[in-house]
Amino acid sequence: MSATGTINAGYLETLLAGQPQLPTSPLAWLNALRAEAVDRVGVLTVPTLRDEEWRFTDISLLTKMPFHPVRTTISLQAADIEHFYIEEAATRLVFVDGVYAPQLSSGIAGSGVTVVNLEAGFAAHAATIEPYLGRLTEFRDNVFAALNTAFLHDAALIVVPRDISVTVPVHLLFIATQKDVVSYPRCLLLAESGSAVTVIEDYVSLQEDAYFTNAVAEIALLDNARVNHIRVQREGAKAFHIANCAVSLARASNYQSVSVAFGARISRYNLNVQLAEEAECAVDGLALISGRQLADTHTCIDHAKPHAVSHQMHKCIVGGGAHAVFNGKIMVRQGAQRTDSRQSSRNLLLTNKAHVDTKPQLEIFADDVKCTHGATIGQLDSEEVFYLQSRGLSDTAARNMLTYAFGAEIIERIPISSLKCQLEQTVLEQTATQL
Amino acid sequence: MIYPDSKIVLEVRGLCATVNGTEILKGLDLTVRRGEVHAIMGPNGSGKSTFSKILAGHSAYEVTGGSVMFEGQNLFDLAPEERARAGVFLAFQYPIEIPGVINSQFLRLTYNTVQTHRGKEELDPLEFDDYVREKMKLLEMSPDFLERSVNEGFSGGEKKRNEILQMAMLDPRLAILDETDSGLDIDALRIVANGVNQLANKDNAIVLVTHYQRLLNYIVPDYVHVMEAGRIIKTGGKELALELESRGYDWVGVEHKAVARAVA
Ligand SMILES: Nc1ncnc2c1ncn2[C@@H]1O[C@H](COP(=O)(O)OP(=O)(O)O)[C@@H](O)[C@H]1O
Ligand SMILES: [Mg+2]
Repeated sequence: MSATGTINAGYLETLLAGQPQLPTSPLAWLNALRAEAVDRVGVLTVPTLRDEEWRFTDISLLTKMPFHPVRTTISLQAADIEHFYIEEAATRLVFVDGVYAPQLSSGIAGSGVTVVNLEAGFAAHAATIEPYLGRLTEFRDNVFAALNTAFLHDAALIVVPRDISVTVPVHLLFIATQKDVVSYPRCLLLAESGSAVTVIEDYVSLQEDAYFTNAVAEIALLDNARVNHIRVQREGAKAFHIANCAVSLARASNYQSVSVAFGARISRYNLNVQLAEEAECAVDGLALISGRQLADTHTCIDHAKPHAVSHQMHKCIVGGGAHAVFNGKIMVRQGAQRTDSRQSSRNLLLTNKAHVDTKPQLEIFADDVKCTHGATIGQLDSEEVFYLQSRGLSDTAARNMLTYAFGAEIIERIPISSLKCQLEQTVLEQTATQL
Repeated sequence: MIYPDSKIVLEVRGLCATVNGTEILKGLDLTVRRGEVHAIMGPNGSGKSTFSKILAGHSAYEVTGGSVMFEGQNLFDLAPEERARAGVFLAFQYPIEIPGVINSQFLRLTYNTVQTHRGKEELDPLEFDDYVREKMKLLEMSPDFLERSVNEGFSGGEKKRNEILQMAMLDPRLAILDETDSGLDIDALRIVANGVNQLANKDNAIVLVTHYQRLLNYIVPDYVHVMEAGRIIKTGGKELALELESRGYDWVGVEHKAVARAVA
């Protein structure tokens, strides 16, 4: 333990190296928040396989990589990144290696809806965001969230005022351009009472060398708010991607999320959703990986209050010698009666070397609840393959079609048609090359 | 319809097959010529579906003896998809559901694949849409079925219609319809039978597998075969089906054994 502790300490120290250079914020509470996060990094260690929450996911490789905060920002032209744009999403914030790129962004400021880089939102919203920023995420116990918070500077801020429905989706585009760089993407979304918004959180890369994305998103839905959250992790093949997302649902609010993971050498996504009375969430995920990739999704859906509904479908398509992990915790607290919770984990292994660890974890402390869960791990159904062959499709074409369909069930739930088509195309191409 | 000097589509000689080591087909003989409609009747478990699936190339069954020639070539030289492209079509007794595969995409891909292998033109999505809707009218199917996953949540009768729709699209030389009548109410039966009759012509052949005579009121067979314990033990004309309806199957077996004894 002490040996690992020392390695970790050295590693974390290196990661913190650039932190003191951050400009001081005009907001005292923000400076205090960062300082506290720095302290927590000093206390916490990098998790290992001995930690229950990390027992399937070995990130020791990460600690051997010489990642450093971005030193010089690369200036990109729109032409370099246009292919990432999503037709329907005219409102866009772009961050290059974690740094806000105003020339590439088209946010919204002024009265009404706010979609800006954090600093630009201080004047109007400092008091509004204080109870949420850094408060929804439990960075005190999570070294990666603590690191991100220590570096909290540029961040996507979305505030949707009471009863406003934003019809155009908001695209948050995080682009990695430099090797060996660690970036700290950050989002805060505040959907006030009765408001509605769709947000796409999108991680992409313009290079194939190793880098590290350590992201944090915080989403607060006040009473009756509706949020559609689409998360696309399409990082470079050698990337490390670790992300924490905390979502808090107030009374009768509704959170729909679809998260897809295609990229990165090692990725880990922690999603924590807390539900108040009559709140509803649908939390769906798809990991499509191959080669030596590892994709780990840990979710915790916390039924803190009665009469809330949660539906979750998580799928993994695992090829090559890849490894997928899903840990889905459903917590039903005492007094959370009439909870309705459904969870399903479905996994498709395309090769003998592909591997998946899936673990539903139900912790139920109320008696009048309806909770179902199920997990399947399997190969393609040979009767389905035969049916397609009997109609003239080759074995390969039949398998492609079935693999694609398996993934498409999740992609179909994305409410933005151009993104849906784009991702379906990715699934099609990836399955075709793997079979 | 029986045509003089019509070419042989399917010639089965002494076919024997096992599944998981159990012998199911025990020397089956059958000759089918272009233009003909054959009915294979027989009690449950006699091996009708096994025979059908072997013709389509299902890998669960092991052929242990005999031969099957299709249009002059050894059927067992062909992979399942090659048989389909060459014109073998099986309407399954239990069509499976394929969640996530959209019916229209599935139909178009199979249609275009088969067309390409037959040296014919593919259809683009718009042309295909017109074509498939035309065929659906024949079966009185709502176009809504195009947007649903293949067979998913379809009723028994809807699945059977979807099978015949695929038959209509793929234009087979030999169609084997395995219990296509089961699960159909009388109206659906008439519609499906009507569809099949419209697809039958002098260049293709149809094998109807059923254990009820009912279907044969609508699709009139040229030959009726009785299958028992993995063999065809009697062949007659369409009257045989009526006789089976009124007398059951037992007498056929008794008669067959008596004949076998007499010969021995
Ligand atoms: N996959 C299989 N595994 C084991 N037994 C089978 C399988 N398929 C068919 N059989 C057996 O073969 C026999 C014939 O079945 P089948 O061909 O379905 O008959 P039919 O269609 O005439 O009712 C039955 O006894 C059945 O149980
Ligand atoms: Mg049968």
